[in-house]
Formats: sequence, structure tokens, C-alpha cells
Amino acid sequence: MNYFVIVDVTLREGIADPEGATIERALPALGFSGVHDVKAGKSFRMNIEADSQGAALEKATSLAERLLSNPVIEDARARLGEVHAQ
Amino acid sequence: MKRVGVVVFPGSNCEYDARFAMETLGVAAELVWHTRTDLSSFDGIILPGGFAHGDYLRPGALARFSPVMKAVAEFARDGGAVLGICNGFQVLTEAGLLPGALQKNVGLKFLCQETTLIVTSNASVLTSGAALDQELIIPINHFSGAYVCDDETYARVNDSGQIVLRYRENPNGSRGDIAGLANERGNVVGLMPHPERAMSTLLGSADGRVLLESFVASYVAA
Repeated sequence: MNYFVIVDVTLREGIADPEGATIERALPALGFSGVHDVKAGKSFRMNIEADSQGAALEKATSLAERLLSNPVIEDARARLGEVHAQ
Repeated sequence: MKRVGVVVFPGSNCEYDARFAMETLGVAAELVWHTRTDLSSFDGIILPGGFAHGDYLRPGALARFSPVMKAVAEFARDGGAVLGICNGFQVLTEAGLLPGALQKNVGLKFLCQETTLIVTSNASVLTSGAALDQELIIPINHFSGAYVCDDETYARVNDSGQIVLRYRENPNGSRGDIAGLANERGNVVGLMPHPERAMSTLLGSADGRVLLESFVASYVAA
């Protein structure tokens, strides 16, 4: 089976996020008020061949921890996407 | 030290400066392509500045998997002197040869300026010839130079003299003003500033010499 998996990589709690802070500061200038706690992160999408959903997620988590994220500063979370990518 | 290998990744751009600095100090330096796996002919290894593998994903994230890095890890394990400058420091943290990580500068500014560093430990191959509290003017040139680590790691590197260089005025949000960090044995050192660009007063500063001369002497104070 082919599973469409999305991996979200976000900065760990307590790690400074200058990108998120800069975006948040820019919003009022564009007329968006009341937006707080903006966090920047990355999202990776992939198709994974596996026997089950669980196996696909396990593989995604493993590669996310090994390569897509740096565990010193980032958390990675794998989830199943709703649609199969073409 | 007679012969230094300067590792070149696709996207490195300070390898010639590093080689020139070594040759200025009378040491033969050879550029080493990142696919090479035998470093036995060298007495020291430099990972130079630049943008290894385009800095895609994170600085150093892909360089860590270059074939040469396994050899660099073995070289370090055997006590060889390894120096990571700027991007090379980022590669060493990603590879786990130094603790912590380097995160985007506070304020998201790319910084290209002179900084004043303070030698805070001489228990490393980079700082063994410098005096404690000695001030050095050395330029920085980076976007991701804010050193980050957890409290436990910070306490450990602080207590064991692994923080070898600190900024007098923190330019990038680096934890504990850390500019340069060594491993426990002191044979692996990473720093964000560029000592190879501070080799001549004619070009602004010659304060990088005392650091690179230490590296060439390859001596770690007990």
C-alpha cells in the first residue's frame, strides 16, 4: 500500500523562534490584529510504501527523527494525509 | 602538524581561505572532496565555512551524511584535531561531534561584522596558545549562529571548560554568549567566527593567528 504522510517539524518549546516572532510583528502592519503565538515550522509531504498505516507512520517518524528534524531544537510529528498525492 | 585536510562539500566557500591561512603558518593544506573516506594522511582536519549542500533542510543537516563525515568522526575519536569554522561548526553539531545546535540569529539578521571574542578556556586545540581573558577581534559572517542547548548540556560544557570563546557583546542571541565550543577532550572545536579571515593586520586583524597557530601546534592543555 501507498500512504500519503505529512511530517510537521516545529521548534521545541522554549527554543527561540525569530521567524515566527518576525511574522507576528509584521501582521499589524497589514491590518491583521489579534493574532498571537505565531510559530514557524516546516511541513514535508511524501508517499510511503508500507503494509499498514502504522508501519507507514513509524517509517515517517523514524526518518523525521534521523533527517528531517534536529531533536536538539525541533519536534517532528508524522500524520496521515487525507488525500493521496498524485 | 604537517599536513591539514580541508574538507570541501558542494557549497563550501571558505576552503581557499582556510588553506591559505594554513599555508601562511607553514603547514601544507590539501582540499578534500566530501566523498573521500580516507583521512589517514592528515594531522588535522578543517571543516570550512560556506553552505554545504546548499544548507537545505538545516545548515549541516545533509553534510552530516556525506561519506567523509564517517572518516572525520573516526579521526576525532582517535584524538585527531578537528576544527569546524562557521558552517563547519554547524556540521559538527549536526553530526553529533559537538553538543547542541545552531539556530537562526535573533532578529533574523544575517550578520557580517567584526566581533570581539574573549578566550574563556584554553583546554582545546584552538585556544591552547591563547591567554585566558585575551580579547580577539575576529569577523563573523552567518545567519544561523545562535548556539542552543538544554540546561543540562549548558551546565556540563560550562563546568568542564568546553566553552572556549565567548562574544564580548552577543551579536546573535547565542546561549551564554558562546562563540566557540570544544568537545570534552578538546580535540574537536567549532566556532562561528572566521579566524582564517583574521590573519593580517592589513586586512583588519591578525587575531586569528593565535587560534590557528594553536590548532597547528595541536596541543591540548590538561
